[in-house]
Amino acid sequence: MRLVSRTGRTVVRTLIQAVPTVIGIVVLNFLLLKLVPGDAADVIAGESGSATAQSMAAIRHRFGLDQPIIVQLGNYLYHLAHFSLGYSPRYNTSVASLIMARLPFTLLLMFSAFVLSLAIGIFFGAMMSFFARRWPDRLMSVLVLIFYSAPGFWLGLMAIVLFSVKLGWLPSSGASTIGANYHGWQFLADHLSHLILPSFSLAFFFIAVYARLTRSAMLEVERQDFIRTAQAKGLRDWTIQTKHVLGNALIPVTTMAGLNLGHLLGGAIVVETVFGWPGMGRLALDAVMSRDFNVLLGVLLLSSFVVIVVNVIVDLLHAWLDPRIEAE
Amino acid sequence: MSLDTTPSAVAAAPVIPKVRRGLPALLIGNPTFAFGVLILAVVFLLAITAGWLFPGDPQDMVGMPLLWPFQDMAYPLGTDSLGRDVASGLVYGARVSLIIGFSAAAIGLAIGTLVGAIGGYYGGIFDNILVRFTELFQTVPPFLLAVVIVAIGEPSLSVMAIAIGIASWPQIARLVRAQFRSLKEQDFVMAARGLGYSNARIIFIEILPNALPPVLVTASVMVAGAILTETGLSFLNMGDPNLVSWGSMIGEGRDQLRTAWFLTALPGLATAITVLALNLIGDGLNEVFNPRMRQR
Repeated sequence: MRLVSRTGRTVVRTLIQAVPTVIGIVVLNFLLLKLVPGDAADVIAGESGSATAQSMAAIRHRFGLDQPIIVQLGNYLYHLAHFSLGYSPRYNTSVASLIMARLPFTLLLMFSAFVLSLAIGIFFGAMMSFFARRWPDRLMSVLVLIFYSAPGFWLGLMAIVLFSVKLGWLPSSGASTIGANYHGWQFLADHLSHLILPSFSLAFFFIAVYARLTRSAMLEVERQDFIRTAQAKGLRDWTIQTKHVLGNALIPVTTMAGLNLGHLLGGAIVVETVFGWPGMGRLALDAVMSRDFNVLLGVLLLSSFVVIVVNVIVDLLHAWLDPRIEAE
Repeated sequence: MSLDTTPSAVAAAPVIPKVRRGLPALLIGNPTFAFGVLILAVVFLLAITAGWLFPGDPQDMVGMPLLWPFQDMAYPLGTDSLGRDVASGLVYGARVSLIIGFSAAAIGLAIGTLVGAIGGYYGGIFDNILVRFTELFQTVPPFLLAVVIVAIGEPSLSVMAIAIGIASWPQIARLVRAQFRSLKEQDFVMAARGLGYSNARIIFIEILPNALPPVLVTASVMVAGAILTETGLSFLNMGDPNLVSWGSMIGEGRDQLRTAWFLTALPGLATAITVLALNLIGDGLNEVFNPRMRQR
């Protein structure tokens, strides 16, 4: 029961704090994007090959680009308050529908990379701490250091060479086989096979981060008195390592996982480009190139939103891992 | 003071190390640190002597296109699809990576230290605003922010360094703020106040040197991160089109991934080795500055 009330308090507190953050992000990003030279009218005119000053002005007027910045910002916030992310001049559709078409793919990629990195990272870290200073630790440390140092997207490219080009086991791009009309298990297997390389590519770096962190946190916890108590009680080594040491070492790891979410989303941009994954990251990159600021603002806003929401989940996880952590 | 024994609280306690051993002792006592320094020194040397080792523009066509490594010893690492020397590109790319890596980290350090020091020292409403501001930056994906800033400016070395620096300062700000919050309660700060020193003098001359050690450890990791970000940006074609960088080489090699994968593999390997060296140095520094970890 206490956990439930604490959970409620944490959620309410974070939601209240999130409102100024979201407004701040909108204003900051809006002003930042207004600094970018050129606007959507320039790009549309450039792509159509020719444009008169009149038609440029017409485009600008139609999308409200000719108004003062403060009015544009006011308009944007007004629409946002009505849950509208605006309209994309380039794709001729609403930003919300554009993002919604891409969001599931990015969330899928992020979620699988997040789970992979935490599961493998914590497992590696625990093993390294268990065998600290012996050869399994050294061997795994080298592997982890490589994951930590090599660009993830490059490891992904190398994985394409090995698993797609040489061995032919996994597809090298896309989110599913184009034109194939799979159902049931086949559908799932097809999507999974497309997901494996991109999510590992995104996860490599974070596997290393969590493995290193878990190892050092576990070694730190191992030195504390309550571990000696547990040993004195005659608990088995395995129980001490999993329940007492790992349990307490998880707190800094989950904190880090929350902090790293933004990095995970940013890394997705490159990984999505490498694997032709139809996610938000590539949408953002296209939006930068075509000066489609409504889309870019939408993506920035939504990614911040994802980061805030997952951080709430991390907070809740903390309260569950360590009852001493109260909603302050 | 409350007695909180969670690992995070222990880790947040101020670490004021006394480095008794000099750098030579560190190099001998810690082979991995020495290895990192050695690799980085070689990369530096190659970057500095690039113009002497490979006179001429690395973007010039010099040989047959798509020669594999060791096929023609005039071009030991092969040539790309336009007949450009891969070895020359790698060496000039080292310049770009090192320049951006170190200057971006310096920019991030400067902003982060300033924000963290002011917030941590003064506290109160000022601190609150700065913390909110830092959190604001932390919810925006740093890589996306760097992409946007490069789009605002132009794809040049300085703009990229600024973009990566701006995207990476929040972690330093958090660290420096935590250090300042605990250090400002210490006796030597009280003594400095008693002597009537100005706030600026207390912040920069009294507290900052004591807060620096863990920041230094993070700094080497920041250089590593900046190099990785630069590689990603130039891979996406957001780098300076007039300069060869490891990221742009990976990006161009990607078109021949099926036939000439070495074009992608080599620049990526160069990035990985350089970043590895920086991480080894960071681990070595960490061991010096966190003596508690040394006993194992």
